[in-house]
Amino acid sequence: MRVVILGVGNILLTDEGVGVHAVNQLVARYRLPPEVDVIDGGTSGMDCLDQVSGADHLLIADAMRSKQEPGTITRLSGDQIPAFFKTKISPHQVGVCDMLATLNFHGLMPKNIVLIGVEPKSFDTAMELSPEIAARLSAVVDALVAELTSIGVIVSPLAA
Amino acid sequence: MSKRITIDPITRIEGHLRIDVEVDGGKVTKAWSSGQMWRGVELILLGRDPRDAWAITQRICGVCTTVHAITSVRAVENALNLEIPVNAQFIRNMIISAHAIHDHIVHFYHLAALDWVDVVSALKADPLKTAQLAESLSDWPLNNKHVMTQTLEKLKSFVGSGQLGPFTNGYWGHPAMKLSPEVNLLAVAHYLQALDAQRHANKIVTLLGSKSPHIQNVAVGGVSNPIATDSQSVLTIERLLAVKEHMDALGEFIRKVYLVDIAAVGAFYADWTKYGAGVTNYLSAPDFPMDSKGTQFLTPGGYIPGGDVGKYKPITAFGDAFLRDGVEESVKHSWYNYSKPGPLHPYKGETTPNYTDFQDDGKYSWLKAPTFYGKRAQVGPLANVLCGVAAGHQPTITYANKVLDTASSLLGSKIPLAALHSTIGRHAARAVRCGVMHDVLQQNWQALIGNIGKGDVATFNKPVFPKGEIMGFGFHEAPRGLLSHWTVIRDGKIANYQCVVPSTWNAGPRDETDEIGPYEASLMDNPIADPEQPLEVLRTIHSFDPCLACAVHVVEDNKEVVQVKAL
Repeated sequence: MRVVILGVGNILLTDEGVGVHAVNQLVARYRLPPEVDVIDGGTSGMDCLDQVSGADHLLIADAMRSKQEPGTITRLSGDQIPAFFKTKISPHQVGVCDMLATLNFHGLMPKNIVLIGVEPKSFDTAMELSPEIAARLSAVVDALVAELTSIGVIVSPLAA
Repeated sequence: MSKRITIDPITRIEGHLRIDVEVDGGKVTKAWSSGQMWRGVELILLGRDPRDAWAITQRICGVCTTVHAITSVRAVENALNLEIPVNAQFIRNMIISAHAIHDHIVHFYHLAALDWVDVVSALKADPLKTAQLAESLSDWPLNNKHVMTQTLEKLKSFVGSGQLGPFTNGYWGHPAMKLSPEVNLLAVAHYLQALDAQRHANKIVTLLGSKSPHIQNVAVGGVSNPIATDSQSVLTIERLLAVKEHMDALGEFIRKVYLVDIAAVGAFYADWTKYGAGVTNYLSAPDFPMDSKGTQFLTPGGYIPGGDVGKYKPITAFGDAFLRDGVEESVKHSWYNYSKPGPLHPYKGETTPNYTDFQDDGKYSWLKAPTFYGKRAQVGPLANVLCGVAAGHQPTITYANKVLDTASSLLGSKIPLAALHSTIGRHAARAVRCGVMHDVLQQNWQALIGNIGKGDVATFNKPVFPKGEIMGFGFHEAPRGLLSHWTVIRDGKIANYQCVVPSTWNAGPRDETDEIGPYEASLMDNPIADPEQPLEVLRTIHSFDPCLACAVHVVEDNKEVVQVKAL
């Protein structure tokens, strides 16, 4: 089994980068087994193609604008994902949409895709998350860990 | 009566672009190119350690991470007058040439080809005839009837399932689509094969850069790849041999598929050599330094005014004064204010936003309008190829002749070099440059192996920042053209930082004298068969390889919204 965790977002735009911050935090806090690849995808898409292709599970962390309270965490799966990246909710649909569409046509689509979306508060120019979203970061990491656990991936916390 | 068409994609990556055109009598009569995103990286960098700038600037854009990293360290090294070990040059050169190959292949096959290729028409193709055509063009082993039959079956099942995936909402059956079903099928087959090819390029970047999409191995002063012949954790001979395998596989694809396909598309769409020239002042930088200082380059660059290669003036070294002193940026039509009137040199550049609204005759873009000695200039592979021809650069001339000769024989009449000043010419030039990039990649691999063989394993010279103020600029001939970073460093901290990116040169709005920019100029007089489906606009804009969205909204007269997919 191969699992890919892809954090996407622009870390120069405050909460836009929450997906990247989340996967970095995940790696800092947990020891992951070798079958799990973690990618800081930034705003790239096609550059991640190779690593994502043929994965059994793809777990995406991203900012997600769905008119909810900032910090709200939403889980999407399966068919909801391509639809999500086709609409205006996510700024990254270029890259990720192209990548998933290409994988689909080639028959290399990951078997299961789950997206953990976080409602952002601010898109200001800065490299730090807004305080509201920073406070939610560990909950986002917990959501990623819960996904991993549910598919049988054993993760163990690193000593603090 | 003229009609206004607005194409406004919705991404937030660097280069997020809105194009407005007015169409009258079936052709474009006015055009506006607008960058819709405010880029604040210059402000983020103020006060930071110049050694960190490369890691931050590579976040500007998701499509061109590597190029900003490289250009940033070159700018800081230029400010410090710091030479770097030749091994570091070779490793950087391999990363950026492999990155360029990746970018060019993905751009043509996965992002732009569907402007020219009608996927649905391919369903009607005869696989046997397709294979015959393909085998007459190239001895690529995957051009046989077995592959073509498989491709057709795959396409049928895909379309049959109702899930067109990447091909949803394409311009199928558009009157401007001209290829035969067989050529369309051939293109779909190569579209699939290109996916494997780009992987080889990406693997090279990952093997050398430690990580992709964001490379980790660059440093002001060199690279952080220690070289050793006997350790697993560093750059070993084994790893370099892996690089060679990927490199060889890439070369096959570029020579036997990409260069041939581009010639075929060019021949079948020869009418598109008449459109899209736009601004024919060309600016490009030399690149792939082979010495520690940056004075001996594998590919030339310089300035060509008015499309006249006889008037080529070269740029010769890092820190070149001709380039340094020629660049200015105007914000007369951009959403910024300067503290004084007129354009500013990047060292004096200011980043003070002043958003108004989209004003046809006023401010309408987040991009500034750069000029070279007061003139607009087009950047990109076309500029680079023309400079290569002007400079007598043999690899460029060889690949350019190969493409033009193949296209001429398919068309049955001679296609001159001047045909490259066009929409389709930009695609051809990109393929030519991709061939050159592969030569460059091989040469640097050889150079690195040779140098290590001599016992030189140095990869890093430590930078030392003086008290007081220094300034420098770095340039790189990136896949989309000339990229430059300009920095002022005071007491070891960044006091000013400006990025003049290829998209700014090409997609910038009207300038200080209200002259239109390269995107805008290239759209003038383009035929528009159907304003509801402005495929022709997309063809011309896509030929520049913009970081453009796949999904765009077409707003007509600001009322009706039709969602189209501009692959």
